[in-house]
Amino acid sequence: MPVRGAITTNTAAGEAATPSVALRNVTVAFRLAGGATYTAVQNASIVAGPGEFVAIVGPTGCGKSTLLNVAAGLLTPSSGRVEIFGSALTGLNHTAGYLFQSDALFPWKTAIENIAIGLEIAGTPVSDARTRAEQWMERVGLAGFGARYPHMLSGGQRKRVGLAQVLIRDPRILLMDEPFGPLDAQTRQIMGNLLLDLWSADRKAVLFVTHDLEEAIALADRVVIMSAGPAARIIGDWAVALPRPRDIAEVRHEKGFQDLHREIWAVLKTEVLKGYT
Amino acid sequence: MSLRFIRATEMRELRAMSRTHLLVLQAIVAVIAIGLWHVLSTDAYFGVALLPPFFFSTPGDVAARVVRLFAGGTIWRHLWVTLSESMLAFAIGSIGGVMIGFWFARKPAVAAVFDPYVKMVNALPRVVLAPIFTLWFGLGIWSKVALGVTLVFFIVFFNVYQGVKEVSPTVLANARMLAMNDRQLMRHVYWPAALSWMFSSLHTSVGFAVVGAVVGEYLGSAAGLGYLIQQAEGIFDVAGVFAGMFILAVFVIAIDGLVTLVERRLLAWRPAVAETRG
Repeated sequence: MPVRGAITTNTAAGEAATPSVALRNVTVAFRLAGGATYTAVQNASIVAGPGEFVAIVGPTGCGKSTLLNVAAGLLTPSSGRVEIFGSALTGLNHTAGYLFQSDALFPWKTAIENIAIGLEIAGTPVSDARTRAEQWMERVGLAGFGARYPHMLSGGQRKRVGLAQVLIRDPRILLMDEPFGPLDAQTRQIMGNLLLDLWSADRKAVLFVTHDLEEAIALADRVVIMSAGPAARIIGDWAVALPRPRDIAEVRHEKGFQDLHREIWAVLKTEVLKGYT
Repeated sequence: MSLRFIRATEMRELRAMSRTHLLVLQAIVAVIAIGLWHVLSTDAYFGVALLPPFFFSTPGDVAARVVRLFAGGTIWRHLWVTLSESMLAFAIGSIGGVMIGFWFARKPAVAAVFDPYVKMVNALPRVVLAPIFTLWFGLGIWSKVALGVTLVFFIVFFNVYQGVKEVSPTVLANARMLAMNDRQLMRHVYWPAALSWMFSSLHTSVGFAVVGAVVGEYLGSAAGLGYLIQQAEGIFDVAGVFAGMFILAVFVIAIDGLVTLVERRLLAWRPAVAETRG
C-alpha cells in the first residue's frame, strides 16, 4: 500500500514470533483550547501475539479508546512506538479492522451494501462483492435482511452488520471499542458467542476494549487493566487460562473464572472508585 | 401539501380518524368557506353586500373565469412559461448550491474568506434584484430564472454546506479504516450526506423557485401566471386575480406532490421522524 498507511518494513524474518500489534511506551497527550496539555495515556505498552485475544479493561474515561485509535493509526502518539507485525506504523493501519462503539454504518446504504463496500472499494467486482456479502449476512445470522437500511435494524442487528462489514475484508488484526456496550445483556451474550465463533475460525489478533470485566475474562486470552485517567497507565496483565471453546453464559459459573475475576477486581476496584472521589 | 409539523401524539390521534372521515371534514371546510363567500358577496343586507363583488368578486364568477381560461386554451402557454422558469431556476440554483456548498465545506479557508459576502448577499431581499435582472436579461424568461436562482441557490448551498460539515466523525473514521481513498470518501460518504440534506430542503427550494418566477413575472413580463394576475389587477378584474391565484395554488400543490414522490424514492434510507428504534 504505497498511498496511505504504508508500513515501513524493518524486519522480514521471524514473522511467527513477532507480535501482530505492539504498542511500546505509548504516551498520548492532547493540546487543550487554553494551551494546557491533557495526557490521556502515559507510557503504555500492550503486545498482542498472532491469534491472541487481548481485552483492555479500565474505568470510564481512562483512555482505552485512545489506545485503540493509536493502534488503528487514527491517532499518532506523542511518544512511543507502534509496531504492526514488527514494522513501525505510519498512517492508517489497513491490516486492521475496526469495530466502533457508536453506529458507524453508512446510513444511506442497505445492510448488504454496507457489508460489500469494503470489497468494492478494494476493486472487487460488484457482483462478487455482493455474493460474498450475502454469505457474511448468513454467517452473522442476518440472512434475508440485506435490503434493510440501518435505521430499520435493531441495535444488535446493526452490530452484526458492523461485524460483517469489518470481517469481510479479512483483516489480520481486529480492533474493537466496546462494540457491545449499548446492547442489552442477553444480546451482548449472543454477540459475544458469535464473535468467539467467528474468531475461532481463523484466529485474528484482537484488541478488545471494554469496561466490563466479566465480558473481558469470558472472551479473552489475556486481560490488561488500565488505571483511571488522566495519564492512565497499564497496571496489570493477566492470562486467562480457561479452556476454549467457551460459552459466554456458561463460563461465568466456572471456578477458574470466579477466582480470576476476584483477583483482577481487587486491583480494578480501587481504580474505578477513583473516578467517584 | 400536508402539514409537516404535526407532533407525534397528534399523529396517533389522526391515525384513529379514517381517511374518508378526514376527506369529508376537509370538504366541509371548503364548502363552508366558499358558501360564506358566496352569500356575503351576492346577498345584500341592509342595502349593502358585506363583501362587495367589485373588491371580492363571487365564487361563481371566479369559477367561470377559471373554466374560461382553460377552455380558451391561453392558460397553457402561461403555465408552461411559469413552469419552465421555475424548473430552470431550480436546476441552476441547485447545481450551483451543491457545487459551491461542497467546495466551501471541504476548503474551510475559502469559506472563511467568502463568509461575510455570502451573508451579505443572502441578507438582501431578493425582490430588489428584480429590476437589475430585467435590465440585464430583458423581459423574457431569463430575468425570472435569475431571480429564482438567487432564492434557490442559498437554500441548497446552506444545506449542502451543513450536510458535508456534519458527517458523523465515526462514519468518517469507519470509511477511512475500510481503506477508502479521497475519491471514494467523496463518492460514498460526503456526496450522499450532502445530497440527503439537499433533498430534505427540496420542498422549500422548489417552492422558492416558483416564488421567484411568479414575482419576476409580476414585476414585468409578457407571459406567465404572475403576468396574468398582474394584468387582471391592472384593470380591476378581481375575478381574474382570484382565478390566477387559484390556478397558481393548484400548480404549486401539484409540484409539491411530485417532490414528495421524488423524495420518498431518494430518501428511503432515512428514518421517518416519528419512528424510533433501539
